[in-house]
Amino acid sequence: MPQIVVEDLVKTYRVSERAAGIWGALRGVISRREREVHALAGISFSIEAGELVGYIGPNGAGKSSTLKILSGILVPDSGRCSVLGRTPWEERLAHVAQIGVVFGQRTQLWWDLPVIESFSLIGEIYRVKSQLLQKTLNDMIELLDLRSILDVPVRQLSLGQRMRCDLAAALLHSPPILFLDEPTIGLDAQAKLAVRDVVRGLNRERRVTVILTTHDLDDIEALCSRVILISSGKILFDGALDALRTKISPDRHLIVDLVEENAVPEDCEARLIHKDGHRATLAFDPRQVSAAELIARITKRHPVRDLFVENPPIEELIATLYRSEAS
Amino acid sequence: MLLQYRVAALAGFVTQIFWGLVRMMVVEGFYSASSASPLITLEQAVTYIWLGQGFFRMIPWTADQEIVQKVRDGSVAYDLVRPMDLYWAWYCRALAMLSAPTLMRAAPLLTIAWSFFGLQKPASLAHFLAWLPSMGLGLLLSAAIVTTVSLSLFWTISGEGVSKLLPAAVWMFSGMVVPLPFLPDRLRMILELLPSSSIIDTPFRIYMGQYTPEQFMPHILLQAFWTLALVLLGKAALARGVRRLVVQGG
Repeated sequence: MPQIVVEDLVKTYRVSERAAGIWGALRGVISRREREVHALAGISFSIEAGELVGYIGPNGAGKSSTLKILSGILVPDSGRCSVLGRTPWEERLAHVAQIGVVFGQRTQLWWDLPVIESFSLIGEIYRVKSQLLQKTLNDMIELLDLRSILDVPVRQLSLGQRMRCDLAAALLHSPPILFLDEPTIGLDAQAKLAVRDVVRGLNRERRVTVILTTHDLDDIEALCSRVILISSGKILFDGALDALRTKISPDRHLIVDLVEENAVPEDCEARLIHKDGHRATLAFDPRQVSAAELIARITKRHPVRDLFVENPPIEELIATLYRSEAS
Repeated sequence: MLLQYRVAALAGFVTQIFWGLVRMMVVEGFYSASSASPLITLEQAVTYIWLGQGFFRMIPWTADQEIVQKVRDGSVAYDLVRPMDLYWAWYCRALAMLSAPTLMRAAPLLTIAWSFFGLQKPASLAHFLAWLPSMGLGLLLSAAIVTTVSLSLFWTISGEGVSKLLPAAVWMFSGMVVPLPFLPDRLRMILELLPSSSIIDTPFRIYMGQYTPEQFMPHILLQAFWTLALVLLGKAALARGVRRLVVQGG
């Protein structure tokens, strides 16, 4: 029995529009044009306990709408949704006690209170027993390295510190399910790594189910075994990250730094896709030719200073997918 | 660190005394110039005015500004993902915001008004004992009004409209500007039935003895009725509002 089931969710927003300028404003008083925006046009998926799912898509694709519906704070126009056997928006109170939510762009901590007081307040709201709260809190302080900032008012925290605190706050009641809406937005590399470590740890060690939306595909690559890709309210892909690669383009890239600047490495089973000074990038299909074989052939023909193989950046894959979907 | 709060409290206090004196003089002017026989005596009117100054902060002036902000920028989402009844959470906020400044201000102001400016003692011990619960109900009602107004933001988002209308309505109809006993009979009788008079007018008139002990019960019951009605209205509005709520922002 999957933990989260979503069937055919539809959500349409009405956006009222008015033309710019004073005449537009005046006309808007008399007749208002409304446009329907289909945020979700029939989304279905199911998630088992302990999965770590990356939910990706361009801005306005419907990622946040889905998470808001799953969190019980948005009611869809139609469709079915069940989380731990409950319909989120119908049994909101029972539902939200079982989930942790982080909206990366906002904070749930009290702006003027020291972090630790926000934590105790949240513990009270979730009615966590004080012994258990203390234990969870100690774990979180350890895991997220919060000790030095516990007494600082939230308004004085840096974004990275705040995000770590928000993550801790969402976990104080030990929820079995965690929804993270862009948890790494605006963070520097180190803070991103810290957030990823915690999410990975929770998923591996405590079998917490995680759905994570992000624009940072490194997050996906580092964390998620499964990717759901949506665009314009429809699911374009649902499966393993590797499968996504194979589906769109199985190519891998061999990057070669040549000794001679003018040499052009060629091979019948690889395409030269980029050449910049000494550096050449070749695309090849690993099902046709193994990387080792290709490297052997090229190094035989050209003196090579350095080389490495990489997967094409996932941004590129997704851009390809969007293009093929649009056409 | 808390200096600014203390200065603000003191400044508010002085303003309150000043306005109390001005209003007192206006009323004295009325009484010396008018030949009609008013519903209440000058002493009672002065008492009404000073009580009004003392409990000034108990009036539902505006929606909860923090909630206004939350609904506008969408951080109300976090209130909704917590396992708490949003109505009572917001109601308690309103209650705290109304009662804290009132408690701080009322006792010293009323002491000064009683010592120097003609505030009278409660009409009798019975009046005093009825005044306490009546005042409490007024506070509970006021919090229910603030919460209902905050909830109306689910529909209007900006809250500009209600924020402008509400003070005008409560100024006029609560007895804060002109004590309700001064109003023309027909208007007064209508207002006495409306929730606005249940906030401060009813307890004040009990305190100064305009209502006789037989009249206590109906008036206090009316206050309780309006409090309950507004709480139920607010809860119903919340249930509907949450279903149609669009959390603003991505």
